[in-house]
Amino acid sequence: MATEILMPALSPTMTEGKLSKWLKKVGDDVKSGDVIAEIETDKATMEVEAVDEGKILSILVEEGTEGVPVNAVIATLGVEGETAKAAPAAAPKVEAPIAAPKAAAPAPAVKAEHHEIAEPSWGETKPTTVREALRAGMSLEMRADPDVFLMGEEVAQYQGAYKISQGMLDEFGPRRVIDTPITEHGFTGMAVGAAMNGLKPIVEFMTFNFAMQAIDQIINSAAKTLYMSGGQMGCPIVFRGPNGAASRVGAQHSQCFASWYAHCPGLKVVAPWSAADAKGLMRAAIRDPNPVIFLENEILYGQTFDCPVSDDFILPIGKAKIERVGSDVTIVAFSIMVDVALKAAEILAGQGISAEVINLRTIRPLDVATIVESVKKTNRVVSVEEGWPFAGIGSEICMTVTEHCFDWLDAPPVRVAGLDVPMPYAANLEKLALPQPNWVVDAVKKII
Amino acid sequence: MAVTQDKSTKRTRKPEPAMGKDELLDAYSTMLLIRRFEEKAGQLYGMGLIAGFCHLYIGQEAVVVGMKHATSDGDEVITSYRDHGHMLACGMDPKGVMAELTGRSGGYSHGKGGSMHMFSREKNFFGGHGIVGAQVSLGTGLGFSNWYRGNDRVSLTYFGDGAANQGQVYESFNLANLMKLPVIFIIENNRYSMGTSVERATASRDLSLNGSPWGMASLSVDGMDVMAVKAAGEIAVAHCRAGHGPFLLEMKTYRYRGHSMSDPAKYRTREEVQRMRAEHDCLDAAKKMLEDQGVSEADLKKLDDDIKARVQEAADFAQTSPEPDEAEIWTDVLVEGV
Repeated sequence: MATEILMPALSPTMTEGKLSKWLKKVGDDVKSGDVIAEIETDKATMEVEAVDEGKILSILVEEGTEGVPVNAVIATLGVEGETAKAAPAAAPKVEAPIAAPKAAAPAPAVKAEHHEIAEPSWGETKPTTVREALRAGMSLEMRADPDVFLMGEEVAQYQGAYKISQGMLDEFGPRRVIDTPITEHGFTGMAVGAAMNGLKPIVEFMTFNFAMQAIDQIINSAAKTLYMSGGQMGCPIVFRGPNGAASRVGAQHSQCFASWYAHCPGLKVVAPWSAADAKGLMRAAIRDPNPVIFLENEILYGQTFDCPVSDDFILPIGKAKIERVGSDVTIVAFSIMVDVALKAAEILAGQGISAEVINLRTIRPLDVATIVESVKKTNRVVSVEEGWPFAGIGSEICMTVTEHCFDWLDAPPVRVAGLDVPMPYAANLEKLALPQPNWVVDAVKKII
Repeated sequence: MAVTQDKSTKRTRKPEPAMGKDELLDAYSTMLLIRRFEEKAGQLYGMGLIAGFCHLYIGQEAVVVGMKHATSDGDEVITSYRDHGHMLACGMDPKGVMAELTGRSGGYSHGKGGSMHMFSREKNFFGGHGIVGAQVSLGTGLGFSNWYRGNDRVSLTYFGDGAANQGQVYESFNLANLMKLPVIFIIENNRYSMGTSVERATASRDLSLNGSPWGMASLSVDGMDVMAVKAAGEIAVAHCRAGHGPFLLEMKTYRYRGHSMSDPAKYRTREEVQRMRAEHDCLDAAKKMLEDQGVSEADLKKLDDDIKARVQEAADFAQTSPEPDEAEIWTDVLVEGV
């Protein structure tokens, strides 16, 4: 009876990988512990060791194949005396799991015909708000791990300033869903201290604007301690809350902090757009042993997207998603600007320009490979962010593209960003300050 | 035996001797280790083997040693950048501490932390923090983790009279009192925040009362007397372990050396320093008590020789341990493999 060798998960968040190299061929004998293949995950190239002994009867996934889902059958192994002829019986199995993601992809929030989802299928989806998805992500992790708790202003009895934590006090009780006084510097330091001692806090900032009170603890204590302690003492913590402009709340409550935090080694920075992003990345952020800045967006909280219902659904940190496939220009965006980018792509499509839209999902570590691969295909790039242009994420995207695929560029990279002013209050002025789809359209048309 | 005043109850007490002969000898030995270690660190700094910021603890030894004798293994310790004494009192290896000061691979942080940034998970020492006052919120978090887990450990959170003016200290006092967290806040009042005397820096004339808006129990203690420190520490520890919330200890102490190695100390007179050394030195006081209890001069001499040898061994190690491998520059930025 042939033994199936499955695509292994080489990290807790790995969902698929590239089978970059076979080190054994059909007919070879393998012993337990032999390295049989090399697999590229989003983070590293890893070696796959044989668990069982026997002869390689068949290789079902060619080397160089990308996007091989975890648990797909990649080869079969037989006992001495069996022949490779046994293999075809196993072969059809492999096609199904590899093909499955495209067929059963979660329905996206924009028109399906524009999409190619390279992600594995997580089965059934249902319309979910970003708010519900964030709550589901936190609750699933809190059920699984008693060291995880939520603290912040109004998270418990008030049910959350934006109702993200609604119902969580009832489920988890006051020891794990903790109302704090309005004292960001103090409670952030307290949470970081608790994380240094092995707990896994989720700190909700009512908005990231208020986290500026606590940024010393985030950078100097949370992000640097692992390094300063020679690896002895890490800080498994999630700082989350709405980031960027909401609506008509003026300069002190409307600021994007993506580039502030993305600047700092020792932090990971995540910025979900859809409900699936929110749920999948929240779970990954809580499980991550490093400090993670989780930048939400207030306007997105009430928006509905199809989201996998599976309790196993999780997304990897550090992996971008192509939301729309195109061939003429790459538009790179994150958080609510993904929506602006998709609207611009739709307008451009009407004008005969095919735009590829990348949803970064994670800002640090940046998924350079996905951006570079896309730009090598489209030869043009426009970045979109609502934060300020100077030293912003767009600067980083444009420089990354210049460094990695200068020879493929047919035009200079272009940034679209919020205006370089504090956010005005007046309705007309606020609208003028934030990137609109037509800004992106104009930027694209300048370089095409 | 110094008198300690319990501000929470307005009683004045004169506690029983807090240590027997053997325990006092042990405490004396640790204080002496810290003194000799710091003297050696000062020498190595002068030789250019230690660089950057280096804040010596000489004069304040009775504070950490007395508190160590009042607490148990498992209780967490966290402090500021003047941290060498705390680490030695926690039982960390002088070789590893000295090698961190010289930036060598044998140091506690493999040379990547330096004087102000050392940690020991094994000894429950949580640093070593360079931002004045930041460790107070972090120490509150250590107490929070004990509260969350329902164990009976307490967090010893040390800071100076300078940090006592930072806003997050009072945010932390509020949180700890609100949640009844087992944290002992220890103000090491050595009278100077860098070059500014406490009178010039704070409007509070009695730092032990700085927790009074929250009703925080507190004591003002002669921090130059290791027995008095231990006695006060035991009261604070019992209070915390009984679930009564945090406790504030003001240790009145003195540093003999400058704020850091580059401090010319123009803000105080030589006579003031000499008077403190002559009349209030913690080692002199403990030594006299030991002699009164019949410990021979020869035994004390031998102890001093042993400690000097231990410190010399640490200094030798700190000079022979190799510098960190250049590849280390990229390690420990993030926990990898996830």
